[in-house]
Amino acid sequence: MIGTLLRRDLGLLLPGGRAGGGVLPLLFFLAVAMLYPFAVGPDAQLLARTGGGVIWVAALLAAILPLERLVTADLEAGVFDQLHLRGVSEELAMASRLIAHWLAFAPLLLLATLPAAALLGLDEATTRTVLLGLLAGTPGLAAVGLAVAALTASLRGGAALAGLMVIPLAVPILIFGAGALARPDPGALMLTGAISLGLCALAPFAAALAIRSVREG
Amino acid sequence: MQARLAATDLACRRGDRLLFRGLSFECDAGEALHIAGANGIGKSSLLRILAGLLRPLAGSVLHEGGIGLVDERLAMDENLPLGRALAFWEHIDGCRDPGRAFEVLDLASLMEVPVRYLSTGQRKRAALARLLNRNCPIWLLDEPLNGLDTQAQKAFEALVLGHCDGGGIAVVASHQGFALPSPRTIELAEYAA
Repeated sequence: MIGTLLRRDLGLLLPGGRAGGGVLPLLFFLAVAMLYPFAVGPDAQLLARTGGGVIWVAALLAAILPLERLVTADLEAGVFDQLHLRGVSEELAMASRLIAHWLAFAPLLLLATLPAAALLGLDEATTRTVLLGLLAGTPGLAAVGLAVAALTASLRGGAALAGLMVIPLAVPILIFGAGALARPDPGALMLTGAISLGLCALAPFAAALAIRSVREG
Repeated sequence: MQARLAATDLACRRGDRLLFRGLSFECDAGEALHIAGANGIGKSSLLRILAGLLRPLAGSVLHEGGIGLVDERLAMDENLPLGRALAFWEHIDGCRDPGRAFEVLDLASLMEVPVRYLSTGQRKRAALARLLNRNCPIWLLDEPLNGLDTQAQKAFEALVLGHCDGGGIAVVASHQGFALPSPRTIELAEYAA
């Protein structure tokens, strides 16, 4: 059952998938990394010191872009109603969507981090910390994004609101994930991962509640 | 297991409006029920309550057997060819022989057409094909004849008759007449608050 759901969700969300969007978040992410040196000037030391944080902010903002097409279309088309009638709980549907959402944006984002790090002149150790941090943090970003997308799916202008709502919820991930850059401490990365996993465990339930409340409304 | 659908003392409120109250009925295997009433009187809400998608303000619904719902929302991927959009639901429903339904509903020639290009009637037929392939005893049909041409209407009425003869239950909400095997009708206006 989950395999069938996941196949469909991946077909929707992967770059080039049916829900559209594709590689746009990725290009956005790279564009930020490219613009930053233009904005602060060619001070290599400054860039190397602050570049990791910029990558984190860019990743967070890029994670907001796909939210609009995450839940809304299926909610309006009645897909979740038909699944509910077939005994597929909203929780299961949302768990599958969470996995698909992460797979659709995180691996490519990690890949794009390499050219971004090169553009900002990050050294090897910093790049590794950023990569590990993003690996630990992106599941949490995906989870927050899914829950917020489900909450705002039925609202007019929900997409813009979703963007605003994700930012404060993503702050803990950002603090520990980007915080690991300041001093070489694996503890911060582990905390990022722990927050991420906690959010991933909660998000399907929160998103399912949101979908059911729309149905009742 | 015999299919059964029973509603006891249902009441439904949407927003500030009490749509109906005190609605009770019972359907045993092979029975059909026509829910009649003007637009906005609560036919769709009643079907959603029966399907378990909407909580009634009061009362309860009891059903034995799987429920299939056809309403105005198709719930299929607009960008996929119809065949693949239906295949997803066949997988979920565990349907092994979807072909018969496509033949009965004259869909075979549309399998390669993306869902978004289908006409209203073709979309309705796709939803009905999914219902047939679900192979469940309780059918909840919300305005099933909307958009269907005369020929498809006839074919579909025959399908509902066959379904009930085979021990199924059909609840049809429709503002127009519908040829049902046992002409039981609930006029929703009689239960309006």
